[in-house]
Amino acid sequence: MKYILLMTGTKEGVDAYRAWSEKDIQTHFAHLTSLRNDLSKSGEFVATEGLGAPQQAKVVRAGKDLAPITDGVFPEAKEFVLGYWIVDVDTAERAYEIAARISGGPGPGGIRLNMPIEVRQIMSRVSEEMP
Amino acid sequence: MTARFLDDRSEHLLRELAPQVLGVIIRRYHDFSDAEDAVQEALIAAAMQWPKEGIPDNPRGWLCQVASRRMTDHLRSELARRRRETAVAAELDYLAPAAEMENDAEQDDTLILLFMCCHPALSLPSSIALTLRAVGGLTTVEIANAFLVPEATMAQRISRAKQSIKSSGIPFRLPTDEERKQRLGAVLHVLYLIFNEGYVASVGPQFQRLELSSEAIRLTRGLHHLLPGDAEVGGLLALLLLTNARRKARTGPNEELIPLAKQDRTLWDQGEISEGVALITATLAKGSISAYQLQAAIAAVHTEAARAEDTDWPQILALYELLKHMSNNPMVMLNHAIATAMVKGPSEGLKLLTVLDQDGRLTGHHRLDAVRAYLLEISGDCSGAIEHYRLAAERTTSLPERNYLLTQVGRLSERK
Repeated sequence: MKYILLMTGTKEGVDAYRAWSEKDIQTHFAHLTSLRNDLSKSGEFVATEGLGAPQQAKVVRAGKDLAPITDGVFPEAKEFVLGYWIVDVDTAERAYEIAARISGGPGPGGIRLNMPIEVRQIMSRVSEEMP
Repeated sequence: MTARFLDDRSEHLLRELAPQVLGVIIRRYHDFSDAEDAVQEALIAAAMQWPKEGIPDNPRGWLCQVASRRMTDHLRSELARRRRETAVAAELDYLAPAAEMENDAEQDDTLILLFMCCHPALSLPSSIALTLRAVGGLTTVEIANAFLVPEATMAQRISRAKQSIKSSGIPFRLPTDEERKQRLGAVLHVLYLIFNEGYVASVGPQFQRLELSSEAIRLTRGLHHLLPGDAEVGGLLALLLLTNARRKARTGPNEELIPLAKQDRTLWDQGEISEGVALITATLAKGSISAYQLQAAIAAVHTEAARAEDTDWPQILALYELLKHMSNNPMVMLNHAIATAMVKGPSEGLKLLTVLDQDGRLTGHHRLDAVRAYLLEISGDCSGAIEHYRLAAERTTSLPERNYLLTQVGRLSERK
């Protein structure tokens, strides 16, 4: 079963992250790299990507004749997707375990961040006969 | 990957030979994991060379030779490494395989390999991946593409599966008579799952995606050829053929699911139907009855009806009763409830669903809601049907099913 684990945060949170010390940033990345390696070894890794800064985010709506109308001013409190992992695991519990490991990544001074990670199942294409 | 270089005939030949060659190499070198890698390399070498040089006169011998050479190279470097590390004396005899090579050339180890790859010590995803590679002769890239995961992830899964085989000490031989029934059940279950994984509407530009359903049918056909007298194997092959026959009618132009009752039956594949019906008729005539046979028999009854309203539901109901006695499976109970509703009316079917509610095993399962919705609909309870179609849509993890169920909600809401 495939799950996507979404890391979300606010502009404020991202600004705070930009002020981390070099050592804190390195410790954080070492945590994520070791997770990535473990997922590869267990044969559960599908994909991971980080997204561009919330400051660059645009919301697009269709205007006349589908011309894009962009909207770029968001309130500070808005939650943005910052990055995601896609894993292929045997149980939902295993997906939660991986999400907890991401959530508990070290922040400043090595203290766990405990960020909320949204876990969503990716729908399958396989279907059964309908009654 | 091989498909890009090889014509259909060579591709077919390679895939048929893959497990036979693997059997020869394992018997000679006694290491399943390394032998499997060596055969995979030989298959890739063949895919590169045969299109240029033509199929060799003895393709099986050619593959055995290339795989043996890879094996010897591997052992030699392994030995050199160990000698460097521990200064162990070289045992060169080990490297020179005995000349018995030609004796074992006629033995077909495909069956042993299937039992090995589908051993209960492996997880189901591992069994599926390893079966496709070691018995199906597919490359890691092809299998990875079929399951939409990166190649490295699939390679890792396969190597872990081989590690489990090694550490659980599964011997390279057929299971004993006592184990056999259960172990064959595991093999058939893996083949069934491979089929189901492939039984999807073609999505997007995935024309290179391997046809897992056809592969499952090919492997089951091979197994049936090896065990022609086994009713369970014949039953599964018939079931897969009769199910696959409906593939084209099963989805509309926007990949929307079309239920059996609404399918355009002229789109059903008559070749697969007649092969499936002949098979099931032959296995039923032998006397013993198994679960796959009964499911195939039910599928066969459906194919006999030119229109949905001509379906012989009493016969289907009788078959589900037999199946229910045989398997205590809640999904069978659910299908039995549908058949009951079709013969005795929806309220009788709904009564059986309350038995399932008490049973508890399907609690929260979308399919229980979907069937209840359908039975409520035909009983005339439109709002009840809407409620349960909606619940089912919320609970399913299949995208086509969710779209279908929401379409039913929309259709009934308009009618109200």
